[in-house]
Amino acid sequence: MMKLLGYIAIGLIIVLLFQLMRIYQLSSEIKGKNIGVADEKDNRSQGRGMMLFAIGFFVFLIWLIVRFKNDMLPVAASDVGKISDNLFMFNWVIIFIVFFLTTFMLFYFAYKYHKSAKNPTAYFYPHNDKLELIWTVVPSIALAVIIIYGLSLWGKMTGKPSDNALNIQLYAKQFDFTVRYSGADNKLGVTNYKMIDDATNPLGMDSADKSTWDDIVVHGEMHIPVGREVNIQCNARDVMHGMYFPHFRDQINCVPGMSTYLHFVPTITTDSMKLITHDTAYQYILICNRVCGSGHYNMFLKVVVDTKEQFQKWLATKTPQFDAISKRHGGVTVSMK
Amino acid sequence: METHAHEATHTAEHTHEHHHHEHPSQSFIEKYVFSMDHKIISKQFLFTAMFMAFAAAIMSVLFRLQLAWPGQQSSVMHYFLGDRWAKNGILDPNMYLGLVTIHGTIMVFFLLTGGLSGTFANLLIPLQVGARDMASPMMNMLSYWFFFISSLIMFISLFIETGPASAGWTIYPPLSALPQAIPGSGAGMTLWLTSIALFVVSSLLGGLNYIVTVVNLRTIGMKMTRLPLTIWALLITAILGVLSFPVLFGAAILLIFDRSFGTSFYLSDIYIGGQALSQTGGSPILFEHLFWFLGHPEVYIVIMPAFGLMSEIISINARKPIFGYRAMIGSMLSIAFLAFIVWGHHMFVSGMNPFLGSVFVFTTLLIAIPSAVKAFNYITTLWKGSITFNTQLLFVVGAVSTFISGGLTGIILADSALDVAVHGTYFVVAHFHIVMGLSAVLAMFGGVYHWFPKMFGRMMNKKLGYWHFWLTFICAYGVFLPMHFLGLAGVPRRYYTNDAYAPWAKLQDINIIVTCFAIVGVLAQIIFFVNFFYSMSKGTKSGQNPWEANTLEWTTPIVPGHGNWPGDLPVVHRWAYDYSKPGKKTDFVPQTVPMEEGELDEGEHS
Repeated sequence: MMKLLGYIAIGLIIVLLFQLMRIYQLSSEIKGKNIGVADEKDNRSQGRGMMLFAIGFFVFLIWLIVRFKNDMLPVAASDVGKISDNLFMFNWVIIFIVFFLTTFMLFYFAYKYHKSAKNPTAYFYPHNDKLELIWTVVPSIALAVIIIYGLSLWGKMTGKPSDNALNIQLYAKQFDFTVRYSGADNKLGVTNYKMIDDATNPLGMDSADKSTWDDIVVHGEMHIPVGREVNIQCNARDVMHGMYFPHFRDQINCVPGMSTYLHFVPTITTDSMKLITHDTAYQYILICNRVCGSGHYNMFLKVVVDTKEQFQKWLATKTPQFDAISKRHGGVTVSMK
Repeated sequence: METHAHEATHTAEHTHEHHHHEHPSQSFIEKYVFSMDHKIISKQFLFTAMFMAFAAAIMSVLFRLQLAWPGQQSSVMHYFLGDRWAKNGILDPNMYLGLVTIHGTIMVFFLLTGGLSGTFANLLIPLQVGARDMASPMMNMLSYWFFFISSLIMFISLFIETGPASAGWTIYPPLSALPQAIPGSGAGMTLWLTSIALFVVSSLLGGLNYIVTVVNLRTIGMKMTRLPLTIWALLITAILGVLSFPVLFGAAILLIFDRSFGTSFYLSDIYIGGQALSQTGGSPILFEHLFWFLGHPEVYIVIMPAFGLMSEIISINARKPIFGYRAMIGSMLSIAFLAFIVWGHHMFVSGMNPFLGSVFVFTTLLIAIPSAVKAFNYITTLWKGSITFNTQLLFVVGAVSTFISGGLTGIILADSALDVAVHGTYFVVAHFHIVMGLSAVLAMFGGVYHWFPKMFGRMMNKKLGYWHFWLTFICAYGVFLPMHFLGLAGVPRRYYTNDAYAPWAKLQDINIIVTCFAIVGVLAQIIFFVNFFYSMSKGTKSGQNPWEANTLEWTTPIVPGHGNWPGDLPVVHRWAYDYSKPGKKTDFVPQTVPMEEGELDEGEHS
């Protein structure tokens, strides 16, 4: 019943609006006004509107920056992240200059050159080759600088990791991440998706490969040592997942059927970051950033950057998954890296 | 070539006359339903797109409500989604993804590709090149009806039991291939793929027709350098579509095979639902390449017609020739060329070879140059103009503004090293909604206000137009400007709630601001609908040439019949942009006015 009344009300409102428009139109036609084409009064008021909008737009943008600038990500916590922040700043400077200039010109010209008794005719100005050349060449130069700066960082991000990088695997499935540490040999053993067993072997590690014997599987959190490069091998079991480290300014997809890699040097420990952010509960985080199903929005992993000592201590409390097999063979005889 | 075109036109004219004599009156169904008249087909595209877009806009309000007030009971939610998807008025997480997916699909394909090109290419190409109709009216009609069926299937997919496709509008497999992974990848995804396959058919039928019409059916004197920029834009758009849509079709077919026939084009080594699948050797990255090989040209398919409408409307209302006519054509051609070699910038995090990534960084940033030229040329066209503030001009100035704002943040996303810091966050959502969504939608509104008199012989109410513009424009920035900040805080898109990570709680105000603007922005469209439907039947009658424009469509009768011009086709003597030309009596010189002795044809020289 309420629904029906609602629909009737909406219908009546529409009829009312149509009638109002009809009255407005008839009265305008009687006065000889054209309700379709802008007249001098419209040009003046809408021209002013353009200028007011430009001001409001800039004020809104500045308000947003002032209001939320402290809620953005804190300072980058990795070696590549630091360069990334500088590159960001460099880009922002160029972007803001161009943005304010062109946006201002657009709305100011619209306002200034509205048709009026004072400005009845336009200036016939079909082209100017010199001007067009300038605004082709100047952006080209600016972009060249941006490209070179950007690609040098990209090269660093995606180049070969250093030899003593800590090899880790991040394994994604709906809807969590699992971490595998490569153990004493710093080598991740072979896996096979057909060997997956959620209770005993969630990553499908193949015990026939000796380098799996010292691999340590950890659920629920990821610890990495500060100052040492980590080289992460990313895998996914079911669908694509995104591996996004906002604090380290780096990201890659985990793709079923292949491995992808990410490496960086964490530069700030979690404890130091707590001081920087004045937040005693502050944590780094790994976020799934590729839509992966209904639980996508809850797919996180807590990331802790330890000092080297803290990290060793923490890792020592964990037992390798194939510890029993390796003990049966008299302990792992792999060379330490 | 010239004489040949001449002859062709005459033959077409002749056949047409013949046709008319045979069928003096058409039945309602022939005239309005299965019509072969490009003007009717254009309206059919517009109405269908308006319906789809309004549905997609309501979807966006629903998921925005969830993001601003996560998990709160809402009777609005329950009203639209019922017990199945909004039990107790709380949105289901699967339906959230479904809404996001279908919202994106409809807006990109059905509004901004089918709706925008379909409406304006159909309306303007024959009218502005001086043709009786499209080269193949039959194909044109089929193009609409494939579009209609495709829209219908997409819309119906919202109501099936397992829900609509919900893997995002980019439908990356394996998520889109495995119903075990998400319910929407069951029947919903089948319907999605069917709908899009039909959409591709529609787009190809339309596109080929547009190209042939522009190339072959230009009237006498309508050289390429005299074409209005709308036609240039629509021609280039059609070429892009014809070259890239078949690849999407291929991608969809392979996905259908993976889903239904056990092939492994995209699937490899998958363990899901407690069992290991047998497929090996496929690559999800292959799908990404195929998808974005269409997907990137697609965004130019969206923005290019908007460029055309913007050029035309700015020039007419500033009463000035478009600045740098040839540079505008050149920049559109170079954008179109580059559009095919930048798709990889969507894939910096996909795991493809980083060197390939660097190549895409280079080509992508190159595209900024012609884009910058376009923006500067629009601004210079306004400079020293004598601007009439008709509603369409407001919309187009808005579109230039969003093109600048959104384009500039693209510089960050084009840079792979920076992209990885914000990829897949709200920064991206803000960027592409502003640069392509808003620019194209605002330009499309501008186009509707401008050509409404040609469509219906009546004027839209300018006062309501002003209200519509200001509310839409302010809300548009109100929605998307704050989103950049979410992105810079690392908040990913397609998250059902943003409250799982503690530091994001401080940003909840942004979500509320965005949602409020979104609600007002969608409500503001009611003003447009009222104005549109009222004026369609009751509005003030339009004059012959209400905006005092130069192009050919204003030389037809106010409401042109089938065949557009009752007598001979008009003959063109000049380019379309002789506004405020010194030494002329009026501030516009229609293309049909012969050149005076010694007068310069600016189309040849600008």
